Amino acid sequence: MAGHETDHEAVYDEALLGGDATHWAFGTSFEDPLAGVDTTVPADVDPAELASYCLMLGDDALVYSHRLSEWCSRAPDLEEDIALANIALDLLGQARLLLARAAASDPGAVPVLPEGSPVPPEDALAFFRGDHEFRSTRLVEGRDGDFAVTVARLLLFSTWRLALLERLRESRDPVLAAIAAKGVKEVTYHRDYAGRWFLTLARGTEESRSRLLAALPDVWAFHDELFISHEIERAMAAAGVGVDPGDVADEVGVVLDEVLSVSGVDRPEVPQVGPVARGRGRDGRHTEELSHLLAEMQSVARAHPLGRW
Amino acid sequence: MSEVRDEWPLYEIFVRGKRGLNHVHVGSLHAADDEMALRHARDVYTRRNEGVSIWAVRSDQIAASSPDEKDPLFAPAGDKVYRHPTFYDIPDDVPHM
Repeated sequence: MAGHETDHEAVYDEALLGGDATHWAFGTSFEDPLAGVDTTVPADVDPAELASYCLMLGDDALVYSHRLSEWCSRAPDLEEDIALANIALDLLGQARLLLARAAASDPGAVPVLPEGSPVPPEDALAFFRGDHEFRSTRLVEGRDGDFAVTVARLLLFSTWRLALLERLRESRDPVLAAIAAKGVKEVTYHRDYAGRWFLTLARGTEESRSRLLAALPDVWAFHDELFISHEIERAMAAAGVGVDPGDVADEVGVVLDEVLSVSGVDRPEVPQVGPVARGRGRDGRHTEELSHLLAEMQSVARAHPLGRW
Repeated sequence: MSEVRDEWPLYEIFVRGKRGLNHVHVGSLHAADDEMALRHARDVYTRRNEGVSIWAVRSDQIAASSPDEKDPLFAPAGDKVYRHPTFYDIPDDVPHM
């Protein structure tokens, strides 16, 4: 996650093209989503609360990005392999911006690393927090295994996240608004991808339909949690900075019902995964899957806190 | 299980870059239908910010010349240098030449 994207232009311009990119039509003109954005935290916003809120949205993207990246080299087709990797990278980009915003807003939230460590603050948050410090919703941490599970989970996740980001574009925090504006374009594509595959699997072969129907209950068991708002989310929504997920339940339901209906699939009615020790994902209470995921994701960074990448 | 095709049909993909004037053949891919071909092309061939427009066409819909016809088709043009406007100086401010 280290921030080198500003070097891309230089690589293309100098290393590959001998200093003249003008005749080269492809792969140039990358944009910085935060160019020209005022990064000052609005005066009346609690920096610690803003940081917590950014971690919630950022951790959703980070954890799910890692799950999706597990498809690399294992997807049903080369084309789907790349498509899923693209989606994972989009979410990783969102996570990086959101974690960086959290760190900038409340430097005290960033894990302290050994003196001389070159690890940027967003990486410290990603790789040096324990599972109980992650504020991601529990939907994103489950292991997929089957492509149909991925499609069902991605449909639910991207429909929900798109609704959140669409509203977040109006945030009083200019950085969050800019991140959301970028994210809306990305997640619109993710939802389109998931929706098309959902329909294709549902109305494809007997095999594909049975796999999709088998996938739905496990994924849908985390549906309600998506719309249970945490006090931080309510506070940020009241301040005009964040979005209360409870407010998007209806519009998300409309979209999901539309996809389910054209696919000829009934809306799953399954028992919802309840709280653990009176908490859910947003409170740092997770399933065992997250611990395994983080162990793999963080092991290299933790073994080399002074490493340069 | 009903009959499943071994492989999706092949598509040829053409992308027009930001500063490009015409669509350029960039490669091929497999897809179940035209819509999926466009999306696959977006994912496979424009992920490094290359393109602003995509054409996808079924490979079996392309009429292609055969290597056997190479001589009758192309050799006659090989010695007719006078067909090139090479005797003009092109002014610096004429683009795309």
